[in-house]
Amino acid sequence: MTVESTAARKPRRSSGTKRAAGAASAAKAAAATAQNAEPQLVQLLTPEGERVESAENAEFAPFVADITTEDLRGLYRDMVLTRRFDGEATALQRQGELGLWASLLGQEAAQIGSGRALRDDDYVFPTYREHGVAWCRGVDPTNLLGMFRGVNHGGWDPTINNFHLYTIVIGSQTLHATGYAMGVAKDGADSAVIAYFGDGASSQGDVAEAFTFSAVYNSPVVFFCQNNQWAISEPTERQMRVPLYQRAQGFGFPGVRVDGNDVLACLAVTRWALERARRGEGPTLVEAFTYRMGAHTTSDDPTKYRRDEETAAWEAKDPILRLKAHLLATGGADEAFFEGLEAESETLGKRVREVVRAMPDPDTMAIFENVYADGHALVDEERAQFAAYLASFEEGH
Amino acid sequence: MAVEKMSIAKALNESLRKALETDPKVLIMGEDVGKLGGVFRITDGLQKDFGEERVIDTPLAESGIVGTAIGLALRGYRPVVEIQFDGFVFPAYDQIVTQLAKMHARALGKIKMPVVVRIPYAGGIGAVEHHSESPEALFAHVPGLKVVSPSNASDAYWMLQQAILSDDPVIFFEPKRRYWDKGEVDVDAIPDALHAARVAREGTDITLAAYGPMVKVCLEAAAAAAEEGKSVEVVDLRSMSPIDFDGLQVSVEKTRRLVVVHEAPVFLGTGAEIAARITERCFYHLEAPVLRVGGFHAPYPPARLEDEYLPGLDRVLDAVDRSLAY
Ligand SMILES: Cc1ncc(C[n+]2csc(CCOP(=O)(O)OP(=O)(O)O)c2C)c(N)n1
Repeated sequence: MTVESTAARKPRRSSGTKRAAGAASAAKAAAATAQNAEPQLVQLLTPEGERVESAENAEFAPFVADITTEDLRGLYRDMVLTRRFDGEATALQRQGELGLWASLLGQEAAQIGSGRALRDDDYVFPTYREHGVAWCRGVDPTNLLGMFRGVNHGGWDPTINNFHLYTIVIGSQTLHATGYAMGVAKDGADSAVIAYFGDGASSQGDVAEAFTFSAVYNSPVVFFCQNNQWAISEPTERQMRVPLYQRAQGFGFPGVRVDGNDVLACLAVTRWALERARRGEGPTLVEAFTYRMGAHTTSDDPTKYRRDEETAAWEAKDPILRLKAHLLATGGADEAFFEGLEAESETLGKRVREVVRAMPDPDTMAIFENVYADGHALVDEERAQFAAYLASFEEGH
Repeated sequence: MAVEKMSIAKALNESLRKALETDPKVLIMGEDVGKLGGVFRITDGLQKDFGEERVIDTPLAESGIVGTAIGLALRGYRPVVEIQFDGFVFPAYDQIVTQLAKMHARALGKIKMPVVVRIPYAGGIGAVEHHSESPEALFAHVPGLKVVSPSNASDAYWMLQQAILSDDPVIFFEPKRRYWDKGEVDVDAIPDALHAARVAREGTDITLAAYGPMVKVCLEAAAAAAEEGKSVEVVDLRSMSPIDFDGLQVSVEKTRRLVVVHEAPVFLGTGAEIAARITERCFYHLEAPVLRVGGFHAPYPPARLEDEYLPGLDRVLDAVDRSLAY
């Protein structure tokens, strides 16, 4: 045994750097095939706006059999208004009204499709880009802006719409979702929980631990990963060597890759996963294969790391144009509808601008608010000292 | 003598470049450090010149970054890892505290842990949550770690070299709001020791001790106080573990008064340790209790409140007045 292992180790040492370099390039080639291969995805609406039937979507299509033309117009409206809100926020950042903005441009279908699959009693754990999901939950979009303007760390009461606060530390919320789902199961309720995160986030230990816990406790949670191909400057292949959705298998629950730019497929697959959760069949991983059309945030410069051709290729798969093409081709909507929506967008944009500009800075003493639920002597002392210090200026001290 | 004027960011970049050139075992690791050059561009151009085997974009996993750096160090490498922002070091905190800090002691001194963890830290850039924190005391409290923070370009250049040369793990806090401040760097100089405090401005009435981003505020306060006829000495501590108490003692014995300034919460912070030790060492010299100026026992506030939260000129001068009033 000892002899064998020494023998096995020797050549590895002597081969040195050459071997290491060789191994690295082999791994790179493997990654390129695993990630860049035309992914198997559930799709119900092609980029040209045609409904498709296939072996891959047969299991999921029935989950949107009830969707009427009016529902489709509703989904379209959601996506258009969400995009408008997002664009307005980006503009407000450029005008100095927001410190930062994380745009969802390109990810509207993934968010509206999954968001509209939810029931009111389901609970959502977003990361920081889920403006479309927030919209579906009925969170006033202007509430999302306080955090990015720098006037608060949240901006809404998560218990009103069952939409948790944004989480900036990558992956943390997947564990909160799992724990919440464990509670739902303990209560014997039939609601479900959904956790949003990115492809980059899936590298975090927390996410692996969330997968482990949810599998072990068979928790009613849907892990909804928006694979937008990038984690700031790092492409998906810097995070994993197998298609993301396949990871679920190793943890003992199903994973599905859905066309993240197809709102109907996202709706169907999420409904399917939520129903599994409600039936007590445990977690599911949904990988929405999509694309971040803009920068990571307004602080980021994507020209440093990604090619225009790539972005252009994804533009052709635009989730909004796709549904518009479908609605036009099937006579599901007329010019009046689109014009009406344009007017509604304008109104929303105007309201967002006005509310943001009027958003007051917090009172200085807010620093000491809500540090503890029970109160705390040290905080009280520091608050009093600081108040006295500030008052000393007013007295012309 | 090669003296160049450069920003702190550029000095750090040049320092990393020199380390990569000098020692083939030095590696840079972190999120977005490659093509993007890091979110603050501190590693700009390094992957282009040294390749992907030396300047490594890592998966988005801080525990993984530090944990694998430990393994690489065991194998003879000298990893310099970048944590993107202060608030994101905590997924790696376990690896740093339970493993990195203790490895040398557990191995009876037989193995070394030459790992540098670079962390852009502290506030003042109008960022969202988890991007403005000053967690230095949490690291300084851990035996086995060195904790340092430069305040100017020369120190940025030299202290990073020294941290990389150190056989101990070094937590290297970079004052992110000072990245664009320029200063002279003499790349042929013989630098101060990594742990040594430095008198940044001489004075006779009172000592202000600070490090990292607060040194500049203290220098401004000293200039303002001078207009009122007060002579303020500013000591740049540079290192929070170890702290150069000998150097600080010399200053306090001269001025007889000390105010410690940092952005981190005052409660159980580095200022508390300094106040205790200096009181012990200089009890008969002190004319006033050691005072502290710093953050509150409250979460770092939203950006629109950070100007009120962060110690500025007025709060430092107020403490100077309070000390002198004894
Ligand atoms: C623990 C942690 N590390 C680093 C960061 C900095 N950071 C913010 S977003 C991001 C990339 C996230 O990529 P991904 O998970 O794919 O989500 P996306 O933003 O693309 O939706 C990074 C590295 C962070 N917020 N939290």
